[in-house]
Amino acid sequence: MAGLELLSDQGYRLDGRKSTELRKVQARMGVFAQADGSAYLEQGNTKALAVVYGPHEMRGSRSRALHDRAVINCQYSMATFSTAERKRRPHGDRKSTEMSLHLKQTFEAAVMTQLFPRSQIDIYVKILQSDGGNYSVCVNAATLAVIDAGIPMRDYVCACTVGFVDETPLADLCYAEESGGVSSLALALLPRGGQIALVQMDARLHQDHLGTLIEAAMTACKCVSKVLDEVVRQHLQETSVLSRE
Amino acid sequence: MKDTPMSNCERDFILKAIEEKKRLDGRQTYDYRKIKITFGTDYGCCFVDLGQTRVMAQVSCELVVPKENRPNEGIMFFNLELFPSPLVYPLQSELSVKLNRQLERCLRNSKCIDTESLCVVSGEKVWQIRVDVHTLNNDGNLMDAASVAAIGALCHFRRPDVSIQGEEVTVYSPEERDPIPLSIYHMPISVSFAFFQQGTFLLVDPCEREERVMDGLLMIAMNKHREICSIQSSGGIMLLKEQASRLELADSSLDNYQKDLKAGGRCGFAESMPQERITALKTDQTAVEMTDVSETASSIVQTAVAPPQTVPSPSVPVPGVGQVGEGLRNTWGLEEEEEEEEDVEMDVVEILDSDEEEEEVVILYPETTKKPK
Repeated sequence: MAGLELLSDQGYRLDGRKSTELRKVQARMGVFAQADGSAYLEQGNTKALAVVYGPHEMRGSRSRALHDRAVINCQYSMATFSTAERKRRPHGDRKSTEMSLHLKQTFEAAVMTQLFPRSQIDIYVKILQSDGGNYSVCVNAATLAVIDAGIPMRDYVCACTVGFVDETPLADLCYAEESGGVSSLALALLPRGGQIALVQMDARLHQDHLGTLIEAAMTACKCVSKVLDEVVRQHLQETSVLSRE
Repeated sequence: MKDTPMSNCERDFILKAIEEKKRLDGRQTYDYRKIKITFGTDYGCCFVDLGQTRVMAQVSCELVVPKENRPNEGIMFFNLELFPSPLVYPLQSELSVKLNRQLERCLRNSKCIDTESLCVVSGEKVWQIRVDVHTLNNDGNLMDAASVAAIGALCHFRRPDVSIQGEEVTVYSPEERDPIPLSIYHMPISVSFAFFQQGTFLLVDPCEREERVMDGLLMIAMNKHREICSIQSSGGIMLLKEQASRLELADSSLDNYQKDLKAGGRCGFAESMPQERITALKTDQTAVEMTDVSETASSIVQTAVAPPQTVPSPSVPVPGVGQVGEGLRNTWGLEEEEEEEEDVEMDVVEILDSDEEEEEVVILYPETTKKPK
């Protein structure tokens, strides 16, 4: 997009944020009563809904059950109204399948699947409004949903998308920044141990800048984890107060 | 065929060997397998052999209507097919999607081809470049082989020349005007690292056995200008920061690939098939111990017995005709006229049955010394 300055001289981005600022995160857990776990998360204008069923017995092909751990089944889809132009194929196209595989990989690393052999955990994530950082918002929403379902995890899984403009890393990209040809890196992190569950980068970036970009991504993820922790504790307080009454 | 499951013994063996920094085929941890790049007779056809992994890429083009939001850019389309087809074995479809997306991101998002030069008439006609990659044999690390094949095929490809006069667009066939190569900015090549135990052990270019036991795979695509075009990790968790320094190794192997690509020779499809069948009389060159060759050869020759002369040397009766021996006589001999004309002795035995109306049964013994066979 010509003419849009992604980072002004004073260090402000298109939406007025500084380069290391995240968008506002608002989240609710336990949105649906029927599902085992659910969560709704907004990060700026990107809104995602995550639902978790499980652990339950293997549905479909019993032969795919693993004898020592649970199978995690993820599905990612975007609502047809989530993008500027109506999305013709909300799921089943290559990008959605790739996203589903990435989510599965991320959660297989974090969820303690050894506790549930021969069973299946389903995670469904739907993007209701897409404004950049789709993968990160999905991961954050799904983390909350898994916690809401009571499935044990090694650590929170926090994800963030960072970009690189004018030698500065920008944390938590929005859609305008992503489509502006900025090299963007999506990182899913387990913050306490600093372990990386998934890293994905497109577009060209010089080798020397990789270290700074990853550092910025890890810092941003740790900030996200603090926010998620806050959300979980608050939800716990609310539900315990309600159950007491 | 369904993949045979891997036994625990084999898995433990491979993992233990990796902990001692040993690999199954004797490579070092950062060694690549031998890579061979050949091109086909058509423009845009490239074969890559990475050890036993074999991949073929073919580029084709056609004129289409451009996308609405990018009216003056050409379209790049990538397709990777696994063999056997994932429709038959659905578990392979995950791998197929993964490889397809990685190839797309590595080549399309990095903008290695100048898509604006593919525009013919803005908003109406642009070139659509289609890259089809087929994996012919999977012995691990399909992604690297596929990326080298795709970029090799794109470098090799020539598109037809086009001229525009007012509203008319003329596409010249290759006979009328020489086809034009694509304008390629840089060549992104992917390097795959298999990691074990949360990234403590990294192996470059995993073979199929190593891929089965690995925790996860890290794919980094880079080009000659030390720019990273794509990073993708799949499976497992790891501590990445130390691995960022391993990119220098990726760099050095990249330079080798670039040289190979430029030096790749041309040959037909049939010639490029490996001649390792039993029926073929040809094998790859192998190193041979050459010390003491002349002494052993001369001693063998002196002690050898000359072979017996079984066949007379050939004669040339007419230019263009060579003759060895003088051929056999017709030994069917069922017609009596021919028998009377023959002036060669034959052993003939007449058997007279009681019923004389039957024809004579003539038994001919094969000639022994009369004529050489």
